[in-house]
Amino acid sequence: MSRIRDNYKSSPAGRFEAWYKDGYDPMDDRMDIHIPAQTEEDYDPTDVIAGLDLEDTVYDRTANKALRISGYIYKILSVVLCVVMIGVLIWMVQYLPAFGQPDNPVNNEVSARYIGSGVQETGAINFVTGMILDYRAFDTFGESCVLFIATICVQILLRYDEGEKDPENVRRRHQAATDRLFEPKNDIILQKVSVVLVPLLFIFGIYIILNGHLSPGGGFSGGAVIGAGLILYLCSYGYSKTERFFTIRTFRIISLAALITYCLAKSYSFYTGANHLESHIPLGTPGAILSSGLILVLNICVGSVVACTMYAFYTLFRKGDF
Amino acid sequence: MKIFETFLLIGLIICALSVMFTRRMLTAIVIYMSYSLIMCVIWIILQSPDLAITEAAVGAGVTSILFFVTLKKINGFGGESDNEQDQG
Repeated sequence: MSRIRDNYKSSPAGRFEAWYKDGYDPMDDRMDIHIPAQTEEDYDPTDVIAGLDLEDTVYDRTANKALRISGYIYKILSVVLCVVMIGVLIWMVQYLPAFGQPDNPVNNEVSARYIGSGVQETGAINFVTGMILDYRAFDTFGESCVLFIATICVQILLRYDEGEKDPENVRRRHQAATDRLFEPKNDIILQKVSVVLVPLLFIFGIYIILNGHLSPGGGFSGGAVIGAGLILYLCSYGYSKTERFFTIRTFRIISLAALITYCLAKSYSFYTGANHLESHIPLGTPGAILSSGLILVLNICVGSVVACTMYAFYTLFRKGDF
Repeated sequence: MKIFETFLLIGLIICALSVMFTRRMLTAIVIYMSYSLIMCVIWIILQSPDLAITEAAVGAGVTSILFFVTLKKINGFGGESDNEQDQG
């Protein structure tokens, strides 16, 4: 905490803020942070693995009578709430249109346009992808950005700073390290299975991404498959093997490049008045792998962002770092 | 095909109910994975293979792994056997 604030104070933004507020720092003398002095004797590595019984340590139910009564009331109210919710939902289901009827409200002019002229306008045989990445490409850009922002938020919450001097954070990083000591490393069954499975997963994911405009799939699902393959490889071979090709630098480069490519490829619709149907990019023959305009490029962008995000989530949850 | 579909839907309901009534977190996650797998087959029957692939990869794969990791972080596995495994 203090180190981060010192860093901030010496940065240009901190100096500008100090100048702007005339030296007044609202944080000064208002927050009292008492960090108990940690010594080596205080730290017991076994308290990490001693299973916490949350029910008994946090809520002392046996001694506190009011807490017990409120617990009963809580249970009864939750059951009543669940029953009411189930009743309302089942009652509303009766008013839904029947499944698969031709006069349902989903069968309007929008889906008729997508089905009728989707292949001619987008050049994609799989017009689900054509819909996601051509008609509604801007929405998909927002989704990719949401994934990227989610990774950044997880990093803010879970990442341990390597150069941390704060004893509390050092202790937590040490705990995370000892937590990882007990997981099975070099498990022979997992390694033999992943020798067969990981290349297949990678190839299948790349196939899903590259054939997104021809066959079912697309960037999101293919990226998730590749991310799952990366996680399996990491589980079986450990961090030292994956750090050879995937570090935080790789994550930054791939995510940034993919998002910028997507943004540049779709930003022309700003200049055409948000009408990106009138595209001048050749669509090619529908059915060929190099067809359907920008959809292939956009699929690759979305796929790489999703794969990086899945892997980053796993490593950040597991280790607090890449 | 109708019988198979009904069978799958009943399986979904059973999975959803047993997630509620199970006591161990680990079992709940495994049941949740099987829920996602059944849902994946139902997506194929409903002729939307796009969703089926995504459901299999995200719902049954990555989400469950993240649940496992979170449970390990908060020591939520519970039970005696897990502690023995940790110390061994």
